[in-house]
Amino acid sequence: MASSTAVSRVRRQLPASPWLLAAPGLLVTGAFILYPFVSTLVNAFTDRRTLIPGRFVGLANFRELLHDDMFWTGLRNSTLYVLGVVPALVVLPLLLALLVQKNIPGITFFRSAFYTPVVASIVVVGLIWVWLLDERGLINSLLETIGVGRVGFLSDQWLLLISAMAVTVWKGLGYYMIIYLAALGNVPRELHEAAAVDGAGAVRRFRTVTVPAVRSTMVLVGALSSVAAFKVFSEVYLMAGPSGGPAGEDTTLVMLVQRTGTGLTGRVGYASALSVVVFVVTVVLMLLVLRADRRERT
Amino acid sequence: MSVIDKVRPAPAPAVAREPRVTDEHGRPIRVGELALRYVLLLAVLALTVGPFLWQLSTSLKGPTEDIFSSPPKFLPGRPTLHNYERVADTIPVWDYALNSLKVATANVVTNCVGSALAGYALARLRYRGRGVATLVFVLAMLVPVEGIIIAQFTTMRELGLNNTLIGVVLPGCIGAMNVLLMRNAFLNLPYEIEEAAYVDGADVWQRFLRIALPSVKGTLAVVAIFAFMGAWDDFLWPLIVLSDPSKFTLTIGLNYLHGTFAGDERLVAAGTVIAVTPLIALFACLQRYFFRGAGEGAVKG
Repeated sequence: MASSTAVSRVRRQLPASPWLLAAPGLLVTGAFILYPFVSTLVNAFTDRRTLIPGRFVGLANFRELLHDDMFWTGLRNSTLYVLGVVPALVVLPLLLALLVQKNIPGITFFRSAFYTPVVASIVVVGLIWVWLLDERGLINSLLETIGVGRVGFLSDQWLLLISAMAVTVWKGLGYYMIIYLAALGNVPRELHEAAAVDGAGAVRRFRTVTVPAVRSTMVLVGALSSVAAFKVFSEVYLMAGPSGGPAGEDTTLVMLVQRTGTGLTGRVGYASALSVVVFVVTVVLMLLVLRADRRERT
Repeated sequence: MSVIDKVRPAPAPAVAREPRVTDEHGRPIRVGELALRYVLLLAVLALTVGPFLWQLSTSLKGPTEDIFSSPPKFLPGRPTLHNYERVADTIPVWDYALNSLKVATANVVTNCVGSALAGYALARLRYRGRGVATLVFVLAMLVPVEGIIIAQFTTMRELGLNNTLIGVVLPGCIGAMNVLLMRNAFLNLPYEIEEAAYVDGADVWQRFLRIALPSVKGTLAVVAIFAFMGAWDDFLWPLIVLSDPSKFTLTIGLNYLHGTFAGDERLVAAGTVIAVTPLIALFACLQRYFFRGAGEGAVKG
């Protein structure tokens, strides 16, 4: 009651200033997020280039997509990226959170240390791993020392993609660990104790107590990481090079958008059509994760 | 065991027992489990921090020292800052660092001011169209940036701001998620305090600056830190919008360094250490805000 009278007083006093306060935010959001979004949807149906205003070409860009081998390569790699990265990012950070959950001496140091890759720029992370995975780098030195021999992590098309996935997982572990840590704090201790009294071992308790308790967080992490994984750019760009590895076979969809649409000769129309595919797949991924969640619940 | 647990507050007689390391509920942890935990923690530590240390070690190795040896040498034989001098001779790395600092600082200021103002307007003031204004920010948050980056680039060209640091800052200068974070923070404040101020004759600016804003300092700090980190670390957008090497930020400069001097590992290593050190220092000082941001960003993102 009291607060609603205060609200009406506030309104009487301020005719214009609410919009004034929100104006900078609305302006920036409108001009640099929503307008580009709409303009992407429009441009996808034109043959616009960076320096040439486009004409309406109907579905020509989308028809071209179907016959563009690079598009299928990009779609394949971005999809593989989701399949490779998401399971690891749903499970490993949860295990890590369980490891750092107990307040044993020094644990805050470990938590912070595990978060360090999140803080570093993806460029730094990418270049660190390019050097680690180099033909003559640390990992190959170690492999040679133990007698395995050197592996061409950055020269083989598939090893390169897998290495990039590993780097994405490495950089994301700490971030999702913190999210899981918050969720684990809400799991009632009594559940674990009851299960332990019933004779359930650690693995069994993980499956029957921990996982059900943090299920919604797992779905959240799955949704966040799958959308991020599909839009992968920097890791692959840095590790495979701007042209996407041997014969461009490691190009991802967003790399293709960047390569096609920028520069003075950029094909804005075609790159916009590629972007529309990115939007559509992103939405589909979200819906798939949410549906999988619902189905498992029932 | 359990009897001793119950009398734990009284100092137990010095009997040789297991070390009393307890978990967050005050229950003791067995020595075996504890040892296993530390072994695993150290293994993960080596995996997460080791690569940074290897990079640091490489950057400190002189030109005559073998960096490819097998088995590897983890510590530099004679540490030298020679490679850092060479980076500065090869690319204008300190100019790039200054550009990154400018971009990151501008991003912090605009995000803090812009999202606090807009968040307050969305949370505390009643007016026609407030729902629409909120919806604008929610929709903007859902748009994947990678999908609109070409249109952002053409927009910048139309404004004549491509290849400028302003062009780097503008698209993210008031993040929709930050506006919504601030809105939620203001919504969680009890209204009665502002009402009391209103009765005392405070106008909207006074209430905003003196009462509401000081109460959401924590959230504002999260916004500031993530704005700084986001701008300092960003790669794709500056890569697209900047083409003149004299305007490069550190991340783009590093990419250029790597692309041009890929064979010179010591040089690239020194460059990456320069780029990552400020943020690790920031993180070391302000950890809890970084952690809080991870939690809040996930829930609301």
